[in-house]
Amino acid sequence: MDIVINISSGLCLFVGSFLCLSGGVGMLRFPDFYTRMHAAGVTDTLGSAMILIGLMIISTGFLVFIKLVMILLLGMLIGPTTSHVLAKAALHNGLEPQLGHEDADNKETTSSNP
Amino acid sequence: MIIAATLAIFVAMILAIIRGIAGPTLYDRILAVNMFGTKTVLLISLLGFVMGRPEFLDIAIVYALINFISVICVLRYSDTNEFKHTPDEKESTDKEC
Amino acid sequence: MINIVILTLLVVIAIAIIRMKDLFAVVMLLGIYGLLSASFFVAMDAVDVAFTEAAVGAGISTLLMLVVISMTGRREITTRHKPFSALFVVAITGFLLIYGTLDMPYFGSADAPIHGHVAPRYINDSMQEIGIPNIVTSVLASYRAFDTFGEVVVIFTAGIGVLALLSVVRRPEDPEQIAVINDSMHERHLVIRIIAKILIPFILLFALYVQFHGDFGPGGGFQAGVIFAAAIILYTMLFGLSTARRVINQSLIRLVAATGVLLYGSVGLATLLSGGNFFDYNVLANDPIAGQHLGIALIELGVGCTVAVVIIIIFFNFAARREMQLNNKKQHQDKKNKESSSC
Repeated sequence: MDIVINISSGLCLFVGSFLCLSGGVGMLRFPDFYTRMHAAGVTDTLGSAMILIGLMIISTGFLVFIKLVMILLLGMLIGPTTSHVLAKAALHNGLEPQLGHEDADNKETTSSNP
Repeated sequence: MIIAATLAIFVAMILAIIRGIAGPTLYDRILAVNMFGTKTVLLISLLGFVMGRPEFLDIAIVYALINFISVICVLRYSDTNEFKHTPDEKESTDKEC
Repeated sequence: MINIVILTLLVVIAIAIIRMKDLFAVVMLLGIYGLLSASFFVAMDAVDVAFTEAAVGAGISTLLMLVVISMTGRREITTRHKPFSALFVVAITGFLLIYGTLDMPYFGSADAPIHGHVAPRYINDSMQEIGIPNIVTSVLASYRAFDTFGEVVVIFTAGIGVLALLSVVRRPEDPEQIAVINDSMHERHLVIRIIAKILIPFILLFALYVQFHGDFGPGGGFQAGVIFAAAIILYTMLFGLSTARRVINQSLIRLVAATGVLLYGSVGLATLLSGGNFFDYNVLANDPIAGQHLGIALIELGVGCTVAVVIIIIFFNFAARREMQLNNKKQHQDKKNKESSSC
């Protein structure tokens, strides 16, 4: 039983930290604001959820478990909301999404519609 | 595994800081602060488990709430002309009041 | 190890803040700085300080600075003047200070004066004398209640100062206009409004938990007050200042701010009248431990009331100023438009 708990929590933590890292890299490497926001927003919610679930599995007390659930629920509620509001405000205030060059556009359309 | 996760969170925090310092538009910076906040929540929860003091989780909850409130505040007060991204659109989209 | 990493990041951010010209970016980086220093406090095991730093340093002060920047503009004025003499003085002072630290005991050494003075008494005897598990609260609210009283009075004075300098006389608004503003905001902020409606009761409840759990874990009046005020501020931001003013009676909350300080002071007075020292709670009840519990709960309540209300007052006045400025600008614009159209 112990080993199952340890392995499952380790797996959750691993997936969560991988997602967080990839979100950070995406945040740094993507070309414009909207793609960056997509990288951060998507990985943040799932990554933090995975890490918190990993911690929940190894948590000892009942109160600790409940607090972790509360943090998880808050994260699930707050993360997508802030992403939505941020994108809306950026669009409203006139930040244009950066579209690809003509060539890249053509290439994409040709590759997607063969 | 917990320590490895802590290190990963740290690296992600450093990446967010770089984006926050470099970020060309102000929305990049808001995004960096938001991501940094969620990472801090995770870091504190993990630190609580590393150091064996799970009462740190109270602080993590406060962080999540405060992070939300400050991002909302940024967006609520960033709709004056001062914060428009392109200067030529100043008049076209004005505030609701 | 973790401390060194966090301190390095703090230095990097501090340098970046100094180099920035865009004030908005500075505020954002200050927010990151607050979060990072709070995680530093957590790593150093100073949980209560981290709590306060998270609520005040990263939350409320960022918020207030943003409101101010949205009024004043976000560009720093560049000066050509290069203050070399000031740089010289600062460099000398910094060198002397660093030289002075060489005489200090090593970090964490057991024979440092700070560990020999009163700390052993707090750590060893506070459980018998005060009877609450969180030593920080017992130091803050009982051993050093007089200092804390001073802090509360400082916060109260800050509130009075903001009221005296920034308060604007508002015309009573007609409910129809408020409803119109409300509807237009409802369209624009629909999603956050719903989320905020879910969250606000939770935040208020959590503030009460922090207030009354301060004896057993991190928390207490200061943090609870800030969290409570943050919930009200969230409401004000999303539902408009006029609506919030109707919900929260202004003269009533001013009264509450004064009542908090008065409650704190009168606990001290009550101990004095019962024959003890100022803020010596032992005499409040028959049993000294029960007296301590009663006294600490009362003064924490006073602190919570004052802090929450003062922050709400400060935010309301800042926001009212901002609204007034926007309205003036709009009227100015309208006048200009009318003149240009009539010609």
